[in-house]
Amino acid sequence: MKNTVKKLLGFLGKSRTALMMSVLLAAASICLSLYVPILFGSAIDNILDSGVSFGPILEFLTRAGIVVVICAILQWAMGIINNRITFETVRRVRERAFEKLEHLPLKYIDSNAYGDLLSRVISDVDTFADGLLMGFSQVFTGIATIIVTFGFMLSISLKVALVAALLTPLSVFVARFVAKNTHSLFQKQSVIRGEQTALIDEMTGGARVVAAYGYRGRSEERFDKINRELEKTSRRAIFYSSLVNPTTRFVNAVVYAAVCLVGAMTVISGGMTVGGLSAILAYANQFTKPFNEISGVITELQNALVCAQRIFELIDQEPEVSDENLPELKDIKGNVAVENVAFSYDPKRPLIKNFNLKVEPGKRVAIVGPTGCGKTTLINLLMRFYDVDSGKISVEGEDIRNITRHSLRQGYGMVLQDTWLRSGTIRDNIIMGKPDATEEEIVAASKATHAHSFIKRLPQGYDTPVGEDGGNLSAGQRQLLCITRVMLSAPPMLILDEATSNIDTKTELRVQRAFEKLMTGKTSFIVAHRLSTIMSADMILVMRDGNVVEQGTHSELMEKGGFYAELYNSQFS
Amino acid sequence: MKTLLKYFKGYTLEAFTAPFFKILEACFELLVPFVVAAIIDNGIPSGDRAYIYKMCGVLILLGATGLCSTLAAQYFAAKGAVGFCTNLRSALFSHIGSLGFSELDNLGTSALITRLTSDVNTVQSGLNMMLRLMMRSPIIVFGAMIMAFTIDVKAALIFVLTIPILSVVVVGITLFCIPLYTGVQRRLERVLLITKENLTGARVIRAFCKEPEEQLRFETENNALCAEQKHVGRISAAMNPLTFVIVNLAIIFLIWQGALRVEAGALTQGLVIALYNYMSQILVELIKLANLIISVPKTAACAKRIADVLNVTPEMANGSITNCNNNSEYSVEYINASLKYSGAAADSVENVTFSLKPGETVGVIGPTGCGKTSLVSLLPRFYDATSGEVKIFGENVKNYDIDYLRSVFGFVLQKNRLFRGTVRENMLFGCENASDEDIISALKAAQAWEFVEKFDGGLDHVIEQGQSNLSGGQAQRLCIARALVRKPKILILDDSSSALDYKTDALLRSAISGLDYQPTVIVVSQRVSTVMHCDRVIVLEDGKPEGIGTHDELLATCAEYREIYESQIKASEGGAGA
Repeated sequence: MKNTVKKLLGFLGKSRTALMMSVLLAAASICLSLYVPILFGSAIDNILDSGVSFGPILEFLTRAGIVVVICAILQWAMGIINNRITFETVRRVRERAFEKLEHLPLKYIDSNAYGDLLSRVISDVDTFADGLLMGFSQVFTGIATIIVTFGFMLSISLKVALVAALLTPLSVFVARFVAKNTHSLFQKQSVIRGEQTALIDEMTGGARVVAAYGYRGRSEERFDKINRELEKTSRRAIFYSSLVNPTTRFVNAVVYAAVCLVGAMTVISGGMTVGGLSAILAYANQFTKPFNEISGVITELQNALVCAQRIFELIDQEPEVSDENLPELKDIKGNVAVENVAFSYDPKRPLIKNFNLKVEPGKRVAIVGPTGCGKTTLINLLMRFYDVDSGKISVEGEDIRNITRHSLRQGYGMVLQDTWLRSGTIRDNIIMGKPDATEEEIVAASKATHAHSFIKRLPQGYDTPVGEDGGNLSAGQRQLLCITRVMLSAPPMLILDEATSNIDTKTELRVQRAFEKLMTGKTSFIVAHRLSTIMSADMILVMRDGNVVEQGTHSELMEKGGFYAELYNSQFS
Repeated sequence: MKTLLKYFKGYTLEAFTAPFFKILEACFELLVPFVVAAIIDNGIPSGDRAYIYKMCGVLILLGATGLCSTLAAQYFAAKGAVGFCTNLRSALFSHIGSLGFSELDNLGTSALITRLTSDVNTVQSGLNMMLRLMMRSPIIVFGAMIMAFTIDVKAALIFVLTIPILSVVVVGITLFCIPLYTGVQRRLERVLLITKENLTGARVIRAFCKEPEEQLRFETENNALCAEQKHVGRISAAMNPLTFVIVNLAIIFLIWQGALRVEAGALTQGLVIALYNYMSQILVELIKLANLIISVPKTAACAKRIADVLNVTPEMANGSITNCNNNSEYSVEYINASLKYSGAAADSVENVTFSLKPGETVGVIGPTGCGKTSLVSLLPRFYDATSGEVKIFGENVKNYDIDYLRSVFGFVLQKNRLFRGTVRENMLFGCENASDEDIISALKAAQAWEFVEKFDGGLDHVIEQGQSNLSGGQAQRLCIARALVRKPKILILDDSSSALDYKTDALLRSAISGLDYQPTVIVVSQRVSTVMHCDRVIVLEDGKPEGIGTHDELLATCAEYREIYESQIKASEGGAGA
């Protein structure tokens, strides 16, 4: 907790002067705004039924007018400064968080749910900024208001001030009491809501199944049962929680009456003027507000601190080992060597052990094995998304840990099964690997991969925007775009992950030919599903449960009669 | 909006009592300055302490009655708003259930889920707030003005002038900011999108060394967001100081005017204070009203979206036949049937004619998007043929009662989906009264019993939401079993064995052909090996049948079929070099 606050102050660092300004402005504007009722009171004191003295009234009212205008200007300036502090802090924190995301080991990204990381960068930052900064300013102005109001009241009448000061905190206790008792109701409500949402999710998402199997009546029965339960709980939760306002207002009314009573008595006994009473009544009206606000802010502050902790947890993550001073890998021909590599995602469950492989330029390596056998692990290691535990992987004889990541990755062209496209146009996506490509180069690459024919039929051709997650394109088209992307940048080495399904035979043939063209003369690693790909490889790596169990050409492996032969026979004959 | 009003049914009383009690409370609150004025004018000058005690008692009494009427108002508002939304949610759920597939396609599943959950909830809290506050704030504002008139007409004119100015400022700034907030929201979504992309595409971005560029892109959007937020902030920050100035200037004039009127003998000091208090009350209420105004468009937008869904009427007319002619020569007939989805440019199924005899097995094969699923969707009326006829057992499907019609089929959908609950509950999904024996024999035929048997609890094993604790192959086999439990007259398997290995697929095929009730079977697949053993095979291309016949006939006559066959089977038989 302490640490979080400290880090937070660090982020405020640049806004520290602004923060000081804000505090000063708040203090000044509070004093001024609370001074106004006193001026009004003094003016009213000069309105006596026995005679009105216009001179002093005019003077007090003019003074009030000036104070009001200055106070408003100060308030506005404070509002703007507070906004600045909040939004700039949000901006800085987000920027830092995003920068961290770009440099985190993939292990961290893989092992955390996207939704969770996203909410840290987006909603947590908002909650924390709103809660903490606004909370801070509310607490500060609240306390200042209480002190200044109390001071003014004291200056008018000691007795009345004490009455107000003693009775007002009552409303805080009332509010606390109500809030505590409604909490459990809200929790129950959210449990029921969760259940209802799950049912809605299933029944709406599975509408076809529901229709096909005549389940509609039963699903409505289930829904109505939950719905009625939700009604009962919600009604109670909403009613009880809405008690806070009226009950505190009632406490307010009692305070007001008490102040009025004691005040009137004091006026009679000559301890105060009628104008003083009117000023003190105006104070009594405002006095309870900061108390309630502060008690409300405390939960918000706790909430904000939790969010801050979650953000700092992300920002403080250890980034990838720096490669700043390492040399670049140059003149890549495509020699890749894997020596005695061991690797595991979880130290308790060893995965790859003692893995050796030597690939010469232009050779094809097919990686095969049943689903979930860890074929993608190899991609992770080759691209250095993950570092090996022991042994080494080298390209052109250089250990890939001794060169910059960028120079290594630029040597590879990668097409994954998960065809990720970024938001933007078709063109934006194709030129990812070669931002300065000319129109001719783009079209040539697209023609080579047979993507040109479908692109030119899109409404805006190469400038057609790609929907979120490539929504407006078919799986096969997305795959072709990803291949074109690599085709254009023409790297010396390739990593390809063949798609298994969702592509029809014709498109698959196109993808196939595109792959073929791409691979010509390049060192390629292919996670293969298609028989033709496997059989045309120079070497086949057979993986099982994360381990490379066999290595060799198709005929060698068939002869051996091991796992590969078994796999081959079960799938293709 | 009218569409929704009827869901107040059963809660009409609450819809009126809640604002009524709120108005009552406002009236009590408006009396307070009067009582204070009485104390100052009558109690203090004469030193009548008993009178002051009495009047302060009245103040507490006013507070207490105010409390009681607010409690009543809150209770009725909560009951009314929650009740209304319960009705609404229930009606909406039932309505969605009654929609046809083409309507569901247009509306979209995720949108429907949002309507049923967060939209209804937003309406609920908005309605609750409106029932409570919509009446209160105007009553206090105008009540204060009326009270001012009863005190002194000339002084009240200041109220008449101040209220519109204040309203314009408060409501104006609020309304001006609403579209700006929408703009900020859009910017935020951009930032969200970039962050999301960088998480889901982390590998590709790093593979292409795009980190610096992405960082720049993020910073640009993030800065734009910040600038826009500050812009809105500058405007909305003007609200409090402006209203503060307006109200206090009004009070200054009020006191000056009051002084003149007291001099003229038309007013007392206490009444000047009362006027001053009324002016202060107005400000507080107008700000509350502004907050309410912000929530109104949001609530209205959600309500409109819900109403839009409720206004979609299912197009399909229901038939009345509730039995099948078992002696009919054909169990399934397509006569020139075509299907064009709404908004689509071309037919998805075009002029299909063929018929099946009871007990016959037919395979449907063709590339993705060729209309295989559309073709079989016509049978249980998931969609209606846009031209031509589709018949089962000699009768057009449109003439059957739709619930009965669908009970004839065992339809295994391409996207297998099981529900949270036990295996047994899932098996009973389409056939409430099946015995455990029926279930087990269906599971056996679907090649699922071998693993269900080994589950903890067997049939009582719990399937998680999204069948996350099953493998793809297990889920597919359970879906097939679910269809078989119904002992359907017509069994449709839409690409539903794609996750099975060849051996299991073969066992499944022979189990289905051995079913004692001999259903008509339609198998849709992309795999030749799945359909080649059927009595007949239909090859679809762009919604049109390219060939219908046995495997051997098609190999001899249909080029498309041969191409598919060769790419899938021959490659592995032929060996090297394919």
